[in-house]
Amino acid sequence: MGFYFAQFLTGLASAASLFLVASGLSIIFGVTRIVNFAHGSFYMLGAYLAYTLVDAWQAGPFGFWGAVIIAAVAVGFIGAAIEFLLLRRIYHAPEMFQLVATFGVVLVIQDLTLMIWGAEDLVGPRAPGLDGAVEIFGELVPEYDLALIVLGPAVLGGLWLLFNRTRWGTLVRAATQDREMVGALGVNQSWLFTGVFFLGSLLAGLGGALQVPREAVSLLMDLNIIAEAFVVVVIGGMGSIPGAFLAAVLLGEMNAFGILIFPQITLVMMFLVMAVVLVVRPWGLLGKAEAAARPPSGAAEPPLRVAGGMMRWLAMGGLAVLLLLPFLTDEFTLVLLIDIMVFALFAASLHFIMGAGGMVSFGHAAYFGLGAYGAALLIKFLSMPMELTLILAPVIAGIGALAFGWFCVRLSGVYLAMLSMAFAQIAWSVVFQWYEVTGGDDGLLGIWPSEWASDKTVFYYLTIAVCGGGIWALRRILFAPFGYTLRAGRDSALRVDAIGIDLRRHQWFSFALAGMFAGIAGTIYVFSKGSVFPDEMSIPRSVDGLIMVLLGGVQTVAGPVVGAASLTLLEDFISRLDYWRMMLGAVVIAIVVAAPQGIAGAFLQLIPARWTGREETA
Amino acid sequence: MLDVADLHSHYGRAHILADVTLHVGRGEVVALLGRNGAGKSTTFKTIMGLVKPTSGSVMFNGETISGAGSHTICQKGLGYVPEDRRIFTDLTVMENLEVGRQPEREGAPAWTVEKLFSVFPNLAEMRNRPGGRMSGGEQQMLTIARTLMGHPSAILLDEPSEGLAPVIVEQMAQTIGALKSEGLTVLLSEQNLHFATLLADRAYIIEKGRIRYEGTMADLAADEEVRAAYLTV
Ligand SMILES: Nc1ncnc2c1ncn2[C@@H]1O[C@H](COP(=O)(O)OP(=O)(O)OP(=O)(O)O)[C@@H](O)[C@H]1O
Ligand SMILES: [Mg+2]
Repeated sequence: MGFYFAQFLTGLASAASLFLVASGLSIIFGVTRIVNFAHGSFYMLGAYLAYTLVDAWQAGPFGFWGAVIIAAVAVGFIGAAIEFLLLRRIYHAPEMFQLVATFGVVLVIQDLTLMIWGAEDLVGPRAPGLDGAVEIFGELVPEYDLALIVLGPAVLGGLWLLFNRTRWGTLVRAATQDREMVGALGVNQSWLFTGVFFLGSLLAGLGGALQVPREAVSLLMDLNIIAEAFVVVVIGGMGSIPGAFLAAVLLGEMNAFGILIFPQITLVMMFLVMAVVLVVRPWGLLGKAEAAARPPSGAAEPPLRVAGGMMRWLAMGGLAVLLLLPFLTDEFTLVLLIDIMVFALFAASLHFIMGAGGMVSFGHAAYFGLGAYGAALLIKFLSMPMELTLILAPVIAGIGALAFGWFCVRLSGVYLAMLSMAFAQIAWSVVFQWYEVTGGDDGLLGIWPSEWASDKTVFYYLTIAVCGGGIWALRRILFAPFGYTLRAGRDSALRVDAIGIDLRRHQWFSFALAGMFAGIAGTIYVFSKGSVFPDEMSIPRSVDGLIMVLLGGVQTVAGPVVGAASLTLLEDFISRLDYWRMMLGAVVIAIVVAAPQGIAGAFLQLIPARWTGREETA
Repeated sequence: MLDVADLHSHYGRAHILADVTLHVGRGEVVALLGRNGAGKSTTFKTIMGLVKPTSGSVMFNGETISGAGSHTICQKGLGYVPEDRRIFTDLTVMENLEVGRQPEREGAPAWTVEKLFSVFPNLAEMRNRPGGRMSGGEQQMLTIARTLMGHPSAILLDEPSEGLAPVIVEQMAQTIGALKSEGLTVLLSEQNLHFATLLADRAYIIEKGRIRYEGTMADLAADEEVRAAYLTV
């Protein structure tokens, strides 16, 4: 009895930080409509800053709590500065560009943290005055945990007062619903946004700072917490602070008790809880339908262009060059070209659901990884020939996408983005932890193609056939009735439903189809490398896909190919340098600020429409 | 007081407003009449800075306001009442009014919550009701009251009679008449000629984004041809 109660208290204590982070994310999203990927980085920064300050001041005038508070406030200012310098320039960019730009911030902060604090995990001291333990029902409970248990509801109450009893809070709540109207009533939105960012980042920083006595400070903190925070927000309801609290407690308890059975079960339980909540209450336990927020006045998106004369010639020319290249270059170039084609197909499959379906998956790498691991496992455990795995592994990925997609298509916009990311993170965790089967961090090695395809040049032609064929097939589907229905549904779900088409089913199939094509890319990838590691399905890989699509521009079918080529070449070049993540992040941010249409999109704007093809009049 | 000259606006590539020129004098009530989709709301949004004009200028109190942000325009004393009310449904009546509150302004009628409640007595009885649980007429009152909390010297009223029952429309006309006698300048958009006739001194008629007619209300009342051509009767 005492043991379970102590475990319950542990769960509550671990919910505190999670609640702080998730509520900050929710508040920022509510007003600015930006899902701030860098929010996990703020949490991490809070932890590192607090570690340093506590180390320096522990015995000094400010003490432990002074250090925690100053670290949190400092992170608040960092967040406000990022809003002021960067996000302010992209409020009018499409949602997904904003997400990608904030991921650029993640990369920059990663490397800055690495530069300042080094790669070693840092273990902070216990909180002075709270370093003992109290006996409750015969079990020892750390005093610090009890402090956190009190702190969580205290912050919840404080936020309630702030939002319901102050003018600033009233303005924030109004802006959450219709920020344009708040502006037209004379409120300077810019300062409201900066203020909200300050508060949200401060909460994240506080969450991180408070973890210092509980866990080692490490460079993995940012993506771990952001995935959890997304789950909390999806379960609790976006924009609902009490919802975030409830969901954080739920998750904290699930972890505390799940760990007693066996650690992996917490992941499965998280999945099940999320599934149940989403089916029963699609907007989260205490959330409201997303449609409540009013989009600002402005123009609609331009339509997708059908490739016309010149583009078709360009594609044919490109293919001809690809076919001739093995006679002109060396093996290294071929390897790079294989990478480019693999990622072109990966990006095209993501583009398929993004551009046509309006569904932005932040976890598309899950299906790339499922294809890669599927193939590797089929070979390792069933000794299947390559030819058969080329068919079966994508089917595995497709089935995975069918399962996850069932949930995802029930949501839209940022909810879908967050949920798909959470699923991918779960898939990643399973692969990462299931050492006996997947080899965990060590990956699976020795997955080579069949004899006839083992020559690089032959494999190169195989890649052209499979990836080129995949892209061509996706394009065909996009301009077939199925694709038209999808796009009509993206533009007006209500109208498509009204004419008797089951839109959700269309979206579900397209999600699975996209997963399958991503799986094809993953399968080719694993044979080209001979090995597969959990990184292939991690968040950065998913974001790579998004960056490729956005680089190329969502409005063009050629976009993903251009984007994949650009990003692969760029990464190939800068990954040899130190701190390349920071540079990649900076490049991504610069592109979003400078060319919100993407490279291909910006290029298309420069040339007249009659050259590139007719505009659809659908 | 409000001078709009050669205003052009686009939504994406669609050219919505062409050469819109308007003048509203201090203390005047001017109606902007036109059918559905004529460009009335777009004109207001462009004046208010919610839609950026592609060319042309807007002057308010002798100052150029085109190109400024909507909050700056509001702070100069131009209030905006949107056509679909845009009440903050999660906020109570009092909180909705709080969002509209701005410092008092010289040369413009000053308002307090209590004074507004005397003009809109219905609202006084539902101070703590969330905006989402009010009738259309009540919301229309609230959206006007909310804008008045900013002590504007002139307001843009976008179709205040839209979707209201005839009795409420009469009531609304009286209320706006009361605002006029406080010295408020009003530019009002309407499809309902009757409603405009009750209030306006002058009228402009807009069609397909162009101003087609300009005259006093009396002239318009006499000109059957114009009414038949541009307005739904
Ligand atoms: N956000 C938008 N994007 C593209 N076109 C728009 C948008 N809003 C309005 N339009 C178009 O601009 C034109 C003018 O619309 P506006 O709303 O200004 O008309 P209105 O006179 O206010 O009509 P109503 O009486 O129906 O309110 C219409 O043809 C409309 O279809
Ligand atoms: Mg209108």
